[in-house]
Amino acid sequence: MANDPIHQFQISKLVPIEIGGLDLSFTNSSLFMVATVAAAAGFLFLTTANRGMIPSRLQSISEMSYEFVASMLRDGAGSQGMRFFPMVFSLFMFVLVANLLGMFPYFFTVTSHLIVTFALAMLVVGTVVVYGFWKHGLHFLNLFVPSGVPGILLPLVVMIEVISFLSRPISLSVRLFANMLAGHITLKVFAGFVVSLGGMGALGIGGAILPLAMTVALTGLEFLVAFLQAYVFAVLTCMYLNDALHPGH
Amino acid sequence: MFVVTPAQAQSNPTEGTISETGAHGGETHGGGVFPPFDSSTYASQLLWLAITFGLFYLFMSRVIVPRIGGILEHRRDRIAQDLDEANRLKEEADAAIAAYEQELADARKKASAIAETAREKAKAAAEAERTKTEAELNAKMAEAEKSIAAIKDKALAEVDTIAEETATDVVKHLLGGSVTKAEVAAAIRAASGK
Repeated sequence: MANDPIHQFQISKLVPIEIGGLDLSFTNSSLFMVATVAAAAGFLFLTTANRGMIPSRLQSISEMSYEFVASMLRDGAGSQGMRFFPMVFSLFMFVLVANLLGMFPYFFTVTSHLIVTFALAMLVVGTVVVYGFWKHGLHFLNLFVPSGVPGILLPLVVMIEVISFLSRPISLSVRLFANMLAGHITLKVFAGFVVSLGGMGALGIGGAILPLAMTVALTGLEFLVAFLQAYVFAVLTCMYLNDALHPGH
Repeated sequence: MFVVTPAQAQSNPTEGTISETGAHGGETHGGGVFPPFDSSTYASQLLWLAITFGLFYLFMSRVIVPRIGGILEHRRDRIAQDLDEANRLKEEADAAIAAYEQELADARKKASAIAETAREKAKAAAEAERTKTEAELNAKMAEAEKSIAAIKDKALAEVDTIAEETATDVVKHLLGGSVTKAEVAAAIRAASGK
């Protein structure tokens, strides 16, 4: 059980709650969602409490993340996209902090569950669809009809566009989920090698150096992935929002 | 793992019988279902995600984003304002330098003008002094010349008398006789060609 790489994704109930036949228990996953939100919100709130004209180091971290997401959104969706800034910023901070918290040993990784990443992706795509139709009406469907395509190819192109649009929530959620899942499994497997080889006498301890080095290297890589996936999630969100703002390509 | 999951998920109770899984509690989760595909946990995860992310979104949009946006805006304004102020001060400094240089040039011009007038005045005074001295000297020279002429005339006039006396004496000594004054005078007049 200790070496089972899947065990870390197990959800256990902390406070069983059941309403109308639905299991809505407060689980370890819920706990880490709360922890993620508390850590992100607490950090952003406390570091900017002084509103320093000259920022302290921590305040400039908050400002940098703000400006990072702001420039991402401005580049991806234009200045009109700034109305979605709170959403993109929340998504980025939530995913980033959830990923980073997951790097602590014995911590649960919220984003390693497909349902969570899928819900976040549906939030993005839902926003795109609702805002797109609300703002542009049926012109939003121009999104699927690229201009300058010959008439014969049009049905094919439209079909491809529709499929690519429908696959967005899947690719967006699976990318984040699979990265976090695979990374944590790999880490656990290599760390498990260290333990099992270490139990096999002097030769085993010598042989355990290789997977140990691998584990250290992978830990560094996982921190990179944790940040990168949050960034990718936010950048794709910006690009999809651009479709809602400017459906005419 | 991935292959097993769909079958497992299907064997799990679906929508209608979820309450049964809930009632079973934690024991069912320990089973062979791959946790991310265990649909019995979806409702709880979705609910708590909605609650936490919803609150997070509200907090971000109501508090954090306006606050950081405000800080950045304020700083940008302040920097722009400071730059304006610096530009204004620089212009003032430039104007002060220009005024100073103008004044310096004026002062230099004035100084050279004063020097010029002083030189002119000194020159004029020296010229006047020279003319006056020259006039005085000329006057003195003329006077001296006049007195020299007078003395010369007087001396020339006495030459005849001396010559007469000398001649009288010479004649007296050489010849032993006496000669009248008139004779001597006539002789001298003849000798001098007068």
